[in-house]
Order: sequence, then C-alpha cells, then structure tokens
Amino acid sequence: MPAVEATTPVIRKTALNRVHRQMGAKMVEFNGWEMPVEYPSAGGIITEHNRVRTAVGIFDVSHMGDIRLSGPEALPAVQHISMNDASRLAVGQAQYSAMLYPQGTFVDDVIVHRLADNEYLLVINAGTREKDFNWVRDNTRQFNCNIENLSDDFSQIAIQGPEGVNLLQKLTNADLSIVKFYWLTRGTVCGLKNTLIARTGYTGEDGFEIYIPADEATSARVWHEILQAGREFGVVACGLGSRNTLRLEAKLPLYGHEISDTINVWEAGLDRFCNVEKPDFIGRTALEESRAEGVKRALVGLEMVERGIARDGYKVLDKAGNEIGYITSGSPAPFLKKNIALAYVPVKSAAIGTTLNVEIRRQGVKSKVVPTPFYRRARKT
Amino acid sequence: MPYPSDYKFTKQHEWIKANGKSASIGITHYAQESLGDIVFVDLPKVGSEIAAGTAFGSVESVKAVSDLYAPASGTVTEVNGELASTPEQINKDAHSAWMIKITLKDTGELNSLLSASDYEKFITEEGGQT
Repeated sequence: MPAVEATTPVIRKTALNRVHRQMGAKMVEFNGWEMPVEYPSAGGIITEHNRVRTAVGIFDVSHMGDIRLSGPEALPAVQHISMNDASRLAVGQAQYSAMLYPQGTFVDDVIVHRLADNEYLLVINAGTREKDFNWVRDNTRQFNCNIENLSDDFSQIAIQGPEGVNLLQKLTNADLSIVKFYWLTRGTVCGLKNTLIARTGYTGEDGFEIYIPADEATSARVWHEILQAGREFGVVACGLGSRNTLRLEAKLPLYGHEISDTINVWEAGLDRFCNVEKPDFIGRTALEESRAEGVKRALVGLEMVERGIARDGYKVLDKAGNEIGYITSGSPAPFLKKNIALAYVPVKSAAIGTTLNVEIRRQGVKSKVVPTPFYRRARKT
Repeated sequence: MPYPSDYKFTKQHEWIKANGKSASIGITHYAQESLGDIVFVDLPKVGSEIAAGTAFGSVESVKAVSDLYAPASGTVTEVNGELASTPEQINKDAHSAWMIKITLKDTGELNSLLSASDYEKFITEEGGQT
C-alpha cells in the first residue's frame, strides 16, 4: 500500500443529481460539478433549446454561487468590488455587473440583487465560487458589512422561456405580472414561504430563477411540481448544453471564454455595465488608462459563410492566412439554424461585414462579422 | 439497439459492412447516442484513399467534434451526399445511414475488427467506466 493517499478531485453534485439521473440525463463534469448536459429522452439539446425560445424549459443551476453582503456599509462594499453602479438599485431590483482585478480584467461576472436596504446578494459562477468568495471577503474588510457564502444553502432552478411566467404563476401567490425583467420578489412557491423569485436568466429569453432550500427532498419535489405544472405549456428539462447555445445566441458572456483574468471590460464590450462615474472601484484606474491608450482587440460575432462549425479555441485568420485572433465560443445555433461564434480580433478587423477565416481542421473556412446579439427576443417585460 | 451480425466494428465506434470487395462505412448507434444531435459531417471525396486506423473525416454534434477512423483501407467509390443536408439521419438509424462506400484494398483487414457481440461487450464495459 502506498503511504501517500492519492487526492482525487472531488466532483460536486447538486441536490437534484439523483433526479437528473432518474430522468436519463447525460451527465458531464463542468467546472468541478457533475451536471446534466442534456436529457436525450426529452429530445436532446436542439429540442431543449428551441423549447426555451418558443415555450419554456427548466434548468438546475444550483452550481451557481451566492454571496450575501449585509450591514450598514453593504452598499459601499458592493460599490468597491462591482463595476456597475449599485446605488441605482431600488430594493427588489437586480443588475448585471462584474468584479474586476486592479488591471481591469475579470474576477467574474455577477448579478447583483438588492434584497433590502442594506442587503445585497451576488450570484456568481460555479467554477469561481471559492475564488469569488475570497475576493469579496478580502477586498471588503474596511467596510462595516457581513459577508456570507450562501452557495450551499440554495438549490437554484431557472424557468426560462415565454411561457415561464405562466408556468410559475400556477405555483406561486406572488403576482408575477408586476415583476419586471431584472427585478425580484418573494412569495410562496410550491408551499415554500418567502421564496426568492428573480426575473433573470442566462438564455436571452424572459424567465425566472427561484432559490429554494438545498435539501434533496425539497429540491426534487419542487422540480417535479414545476415539470408537472408545465405540461400544458410543453415544458422540458434542459441541460448545460442548451444553456450554452442559448446564451451564445444572446451573446451572454461565459467566464473563461468571453471574459477572464486576461481580458478587460472594454475588449469584452461590456461598457454599458461599467460605470466609471460612480465612486472608485477596483479596476477603474486601469480601465481609464486602457481607454486612453485605445483598445486593441474586440469581441465580435461571426457567422460561418462556408460549411463548417467554429469551435472554442479555433484560430481566426486574415485573408493571407495569418493568425489574428481566436474563437471564444462557437457552435451551431439551433434556433437561428446558423453556425455562429464569438471571437477576439484586432479592432481594425472588427467592422460588421468583414470577411474572416476560421481555421477548421487546418483549412481556412470563410465567415463574416455580423451584428450581435445574434438573437434578440421581442421584449414585453 | 441490435448490432447487425453481418457488420464489423471498431473501438472508435465505426461500423463496416462488406460485400465482396466493396464495403459501406458508418458510425454505430452507441456513437450517435454519445454524440447527441448530429449537425455536421465532413466526408472525403470520391476517389480518395483511406487507410485503416487513420481519420477520413469528422462528425459533429451540437456539443462535440469527433474524428471518423477508417475500419479498413480502400478507395472511396461513393459518398452519402444526403447526410450533408440531413445529418440527423445518423441519429435516427445509425446502422443504415452509411457515410461512404469503398473498394477494399485487403479484405483480410476485416478479420482484426470486432464482431457484433464483441462490440456490444466492449461498449458495455466502456459505458460502465464513464
């Protein structure tokens, strides 16, 4: 017997893991979590994707992390670590934002929810949970504010698609018609009092995310009740596969792809979520310098013109075949029925209509720069 | 899904069905199931040579790209052009959705491939690990 015990990385499971397996989901490892990638019995990724665009689909997103900041200086603490202006949030409102390193690159993107006067909830990515929590704790010590990691307290279920509101309304006493997009409320959901209900998501559709107790029995009960209540709307369970294609069509960034610790806010094109006018925040100085110097590369949307699918990491070539950039995310787009991608390229090659080649199996395949988002829903809320 | 007993199989999940010197090649039911919704196939041109064990094309699902490995060496005589516009045929019936037909260089190469029952045993073991 070896004296040293091998340390195998622990793969984490959400409270719904058993349910996914019972439903025949194909499970994969994602950022240290075992998650469903698709449910073949319901039709798989393409069906799941299109059902969210036209009806409703539900996702287990319990791997997402949750950090609560509360106390007299919760707002200054959030303002210090978040690039968007949290002072503009009313109680019950949420905003997309990001936490930055001093050099203006990304710790992570977040949704900041204002739960009460001095209480904020940051919803963060699965793969960056520990890093984010440490970052928030270490960079808010000067503020009179409690920082709590609530990541393991909640199961988070996303109900996404145009029928999502009708589905969820069957299960809650909260009046969802008055909750606007990127606002939140509380209500009884499936008998669970005071459940946090946010009209948010990561699909480019209208939808909700609910936060329920993380025990297995409650999580499974609520999941099944949602599926049952959604039958009349054609609900399907959806995995990370369609979550990725949905967010790509809507050009929502994914950490490690469109944003990372080596990409800054201007390059990522997230200017509208970054408020340099508000009180100082980590990363601002570097961002102002970067803007003064001029941004050198830009995130662009590509649509394949010739036959081929651009994939994450593939090279982008100019007409002469020189490597000028790379694909951050690429996939067939099931609803648009095109092959699309996001890529970082030099600003001079970023104009709409520019022809760029993507290197696929050692051959340059023609694509063109197109306006983004590739898909934009008709907004009602 | 039964694996036809007159087919031979590779550990990379291709099938080959030989009839004298000519043979059809495709991917297995197990392969299409692992890939999920197939959206793209990249196949060689008629007249090109393929060599046993080397890549002759690729198949892509929404999520994944997978190389196609030649079960045997030969010259491509026909390409299933329908798969370019309807690659989902592979998901529907992988064992009839042939990709290419070839003239075999050496029919003896087929002897080293898996029989249907060996292949079923192989995927049961492989499936158990993942």
